[in-house]
Amino acid sequence: MTGAIESALRARRDAGGKCLVPYITGGLGADWIQTLQAVAAAGADVIEIGMPFSDPVMDGPTIQEANDRALEAGVTPQSILDDLRGADIGVPTAVMTYGNIAFHMGFERFAQSLAAVDISGCILPDIPLEEVGAWAEAADAAGVETIMLAAPTAPDERLPLIVERSHGFVYGVGLLGITGVRSELAASAVEIARRLKAVTDKPVLVGVGVGTPEQAVEVSQVADGVVVGSAVVQRMLEQAGPEGVAQLVGEFRAALDAA
Amino acid sequence: MTMTDPTTSGRFGDFGGMFVPETLVPACQELEAAFRDAWGDPTFRSELDHLLKTYAGRPSPLTVCNRLSEELGCRILFKREDLNHTGSHKINNVLGQTLLAKRMGKTRIIAETGAGQHGVASATAAALFGMDCVVYMGTVDIERQKLNVFRMQLLGAEVRAAETGSQTLKDAVNEAMRYWVAAVEDTHYCLGSVMGPHPYPWMVREFHRVIGDEAREQCAELLDGGTPDYVVACVGGGSNAAGIFAGFADTDAQLIGAEPAGGAAVGRAVPGIVHGSKSYLMQDEWGQVLEAESISAGLDYPGIGPEHAHLASIGRARYEPVTDEEVVEAFQLCSRTEGIIPALESAHALAWIAKQRDEVAGKTVLVNMSGRGDKDVNQMMDVLGA
Repeated sequence: MTGAIESALRARRDAGGKCLVPYITGGLGADWIQTLQAVAAAGADVIEIGMPFSDPVMDGPTIQEANDRALEAGVTPQSILDDLRGADIGVPTAVMTYGNIAFHMGFERFAQSLAAVDISGCILPDIPLEEVGAWAEAADAAGVETIMLAAPTAPDERLPLIVERSHGFVYGVGLLGITGVRSELAASAVEIARRLKAVTDKPVLVGVGVGTPEQAVEVSQVADGVVVGSAVVQRMLEQAGPEGVAQLVGEFRAALDAA
Repeated sequence: MTMTDPTTSGRFGDFGGMFVPETLVPACQELEAAFRDAWGDPTFRSELDHLLKTYAGRPSPLTVCNRLSEELGCRILFKREDLNHTGSHKINNVLGQTLLAKRMGKTRIIAETGAGQHGVASATAAALFGMDCVVYMGTVDIERQKLNVFRMQLLGAEVRAAETGSQTLKDAVNEAMRYWVAAVEDTHYCLGSVMGPHPYPWMVREFHRVIGDEAREQCAELLDGGTPDYVVACVGGGSNAAGIFAGFADTDAQLIGAEPAGGAAVGRAVPGIVHGSKSYLMQDEWGQVLEAESISAGLDYPGIGPEHAHLASIGRARYEPVTDEEVVEAFQLCSRTEGIIPALESAHALAWIAKQRDEVAGKTVLVNMSGRGDKDVNQMMDVLGA
């Protein structure tokens, strides 16, 4: 199965470019759909939409705060889906949330709900390989690309299994830790990209700890591209508006294009 | 039935599993292998037994509670985990996990704590083994359990405030897991209850099985080879209940878990996935985890260990709610009639008996007196307006 996300990322790679996937907290601010559109226009290949969960254990302070603000404002999985219905974003999207949001709705219904509003992929960071079976079956049936994470702690023999199960792209976790901007790129970011590239032809993107255009360029010397979360969400928290967020994404795009 | 090993995927029936970020999967697998190896190793077992005996003060006695029995119209026996070193059952698990962490070459342990009992026990074991210790505790709990915070600091641990969400036990678990994701290579996460990803629910129950095994033997001696009619324990995550149930699951004894009414995960019986396993979980219509509310910080948790969810779903154990008011009453009754000030957590088990006195009339009821109430005295002064 080659879905919209993998096709878009392969197209970018085949054209000699590097892939850029920003993360936007779903429902945060009344203009969040315009933010998605502006970010797409600024050069995102795919956009990750965070669906807030009460206990996001993989997320650092920035995304936690965005989560909390959205939840306090009454954002629900359904309100995010409703906002997205019929909206022309311009690039494929993937939802990132936690297992219980999908489990509670029912894996099949959740997968179908994503597909129904043209969300192409899904990332559930607390559903690892060992537990992904029931979800993956539902997602496959609905045509939703399940993006799997691969962490620096994975032994070599585990990576091919993750890669095999991953659709859309393979999400290399850049460091031992939670999401958030760091002052320097961890050596593990390049290393996980190298290890993944050695075992797959699927697009390999690195996220977690990739917070500046320079860091994006550095890791993309090996990886096919990057996921940028906290840095983008920080702009949303500062209420920079669609243009302000898009401006930052544009800086990442320009840096990757110039490299 | 007996409380046996979970399946290879860490399941107790439909519950359990290993729902953790990919970064932690190898650590959980390594821990499972290490525990399996250690638990089958007579050297490890005798080392742990020695510590439980010479350091923690095991075996803990069984006390026949005459005056309380008379008051409530049944025959009440206390398994005295309150007499363990550090004041609760928590030390059993912590000594086991710390010994295991050392065997695995880890240099630091981290823990979450609600009432502070598990945090104190973890800090104690870390001091004993010369390891670094970081304890996460919700800001709200830090306020209501100041004494335990200071205790942990005295023992050389660093107490970090979990300032997110409800600022209680659930958030302390979140913060501990976040820290573990970053420090997994040299750090062991000493989880304090029968929850979390496989192998924790199984491993923690095994480390507490000693409570049930001892009690079974002590009851047999007292009851001419018989077993109690009821075994009652309070349940937050459910570690003390799992430990004592493990000794009686294969008998005719009725197993009762007393849940705080404001944190009755089994009472609502909605399955969910959080903190590493699938179990019953208090959540809203969208799957957002709800905040539990209980007078007792140690039971202020919206979930329950997966094996308890399993025992409830197959009808082997009953889990029933008691209110804060009933707990406060039981707390005073126990103090007055037995000269034992119970932990507010343990008072839930007593409150269940008082509530069900018609059901248990004339029966023999074994209660896990899981901890002592010294830590709760300040809070109770406020509650009772003393």
